[in-house]
Amino acid sequence: MNIPEDRRYTQNDEWIKLDGESATVGISDYAQDQLSDIVYFEVSLGEGDSLSAGDAFGTVESVKAASDVYAPAAGELVAVNAALADTPEAINSDPYGSWMIKLKLADAAELDGLMDAAAYKAYIEEREA
Amino acid sequence: MTQPVHSQLIYDLGAPGRRGVRFPELDVPKSGLPAGLEREDLPLPEVSELEVLRHFTRLSQLNHSILTGFYPLGSCTMKYNPVINEETARLPGFARSHPLQPAEMVQGNLAVMYYLQEWLAEIGGFAGVSLQPAAGAQGELAGVMMIRAYHQDRGDTQRNKILIPDSAHGTNPATSSMSGYRVVEIPSDERGNVDLDKLKAECDETLAGLMLTNPNTLGLFEEQVEEVIKAVHAAGGLVYGDGANMNALLGIARPGDLGFDVLHYNLHKTFTTPHGGGGPGSGPVGVAEHLVDFLPGPIVAVVEEGGEDEAPLFGWHTPAKTIGRLKAFHGQFGMHVRAFTYILTQGADGLRSVSEHAVLNANYLMAKLQKAYEVAYPRTCMHEFVLEGRWKDAEGVHALDISKRLMDFGFHPPTNYFPLIVRETLMIEPTETETKETLDAFVDAMLQIAKEAREEPETLTSAPHTTPFGRMDEVQAARQLVLCCEIPRQPAVVD
Repeated sequence: MNIPEDRRYTQNDEWIKLDGESATVGISDYAQDQLSDIVYFEVSLGEGDSLSAGDAFGTVESVKAASDVYAPAAGELVAVNAALADTPEAINSDPYGSWMIKLKLADAAELDGLMDAAAYKAYIEEREA
Repeated sequence: MTQPVHSQLIYDLGAPGRRGVRFPELDVPKSGLPAGLEREDLPLPEVSELEVLRHFTRLSQLNHSILTGFYPLGSCTMKYNPVINEETARLPGFARSHPLQPAEMVQGNLAVMYYLQEWLAEIGGFAGVSLQPAAGAQGELAGVMMIRAYHQDRGDTQRNKILIPDSAHGTNPATSSMSGYRVVEIPSDERGNVDLDKLKAECDETLAGLMLTNPNTLGLFEEQVEEVIKAVHAAGGLVYGDGANMNALLGIARPGDLGFDVLHYNLHKTFTTPHGGGGPGSGPVGVAEHLVDFLPGPIVAVVEEGGEDEAPLFGWHTPAKTIGRLKAFHGQFGMHVRAFTYILTQGADGLRSVSEHAVLNANYLMAKLQKAYEVAYPRTCMHEFVLEGRWKDAEGVHALDISKRLMDFGFHPPTNYFPLIVRETLMIEPTETETKETLDAFVDAMLQIAKEAREEPETLTSAPHTTPFGRMDEVQAARQLVLCCEIPRQPAVVD
């Protein structure tokens, strides 16, 4: 299971990666593996919308299930990866390259409260047990 | 190119000019449509009567139905729909009446609806029932709209959220969103119940209500249901009951007595009206006293009391603060007749026995299967239970493969991948109408599959093998939807 160390993770299996003042958000390798083949992805908010941590911003749907995706931290939505709507399978093949939204964070320090790669790895193992 | 026989559309059959029925020559002047409204061509299939019958009979044989085999599709209550229901629904007085006939002309129909309202109210422990909702999800919408109307009527307008357990049917959050509410998900605890502490933390002055299924979608009775309901009521919220799993409770527990304020019934599950593609569904709602005025209407009421030898006069009644109509006319009347028939044929004792046997059958299957499969929440179940379709020593095998392999044994697969809180879910609901022999045959198939998963996993991952079509490419079907077929253009046949 691939868990890059350059980003933080949520209990709902999103990742968030700081990139200057903004941060990109996607779902982890574990999440895409659990969902299996992803057939649909949609962002339900638009640029300029502000989100609190835990707010749903989109839906990812696989042959198994539909699942909401949540903002790992508070901020303003500044960009949506529009290409993913046409190629949702990219979330399966490259979960860490397939960012879904870009957030201008309200407080970058909020990320410190999320899991780092080691903690996330332990969290996955705990659920697999 | 000729299609394989199973894939043929009716347009692949026939020949130009072929007819099933030939009309006699007109012996009156032809009266045409106004100019410009008559189309030049109409590409209807040109087939004989026998070709039509063979085509649709073949298609029907490709389907699995409760009449062809066991159908343990969890949460759907695929039980036998008694033939007598079809007899009564076809009685001319029911089948040939029209909803616009004056109430005085259709007193028999109104009597059926009135007593069905009364009986459903008695079964659920409620003060009033409306038969209007056309199916379960519409019943849910009616329920949450009534909750909203109730709060607004009291000027209690700051309530904006609905709590929904993480094991709930997906229609619950959809219903809440459609009614303008924010949805807050409540996790389940380690016994599969609503996490009471997490629920209580959300019970504040913004709480409009809770949507709760009991037994829940794990097939488990909510052990703290009264405390859960009390907490929501204490915060001023109302509790909506999803009656999807009512087949476990008939004559045993009444949701109204447990404190539910509103509940929908699925006549097409619990009360044996046709289901799935055959439908249509029917989702009446029952409510406690304080919501009676908000019921969707009109409903049937007694207008004039009857006497000893005189039937009462029934008529339409619109509740004072009704949320309005949910459907043209009066709901799915044909389904009301079938459900009425079912309740009448079972009687009070019979209905209790239905639920007792539904629960017994589910526990029998669970007990037989729990050595070979992991039971997600191992405690006595109600009318259904949830297994994990995965093994540590059979890594490549998934719930989907088990389901596909079951088709080779002539069984409909269980519900897959729902509820979402269990991994590789197989949700199994046998219902009360199956014999021990059928249940044992299903157990044998499941045990053989568990063995195959270790010894010959490719038999599972490439299943099904005996059906007219093999494994479908569900991923491609979802990614490249083809929603219409091109109808071949044929030359118009001019009379």
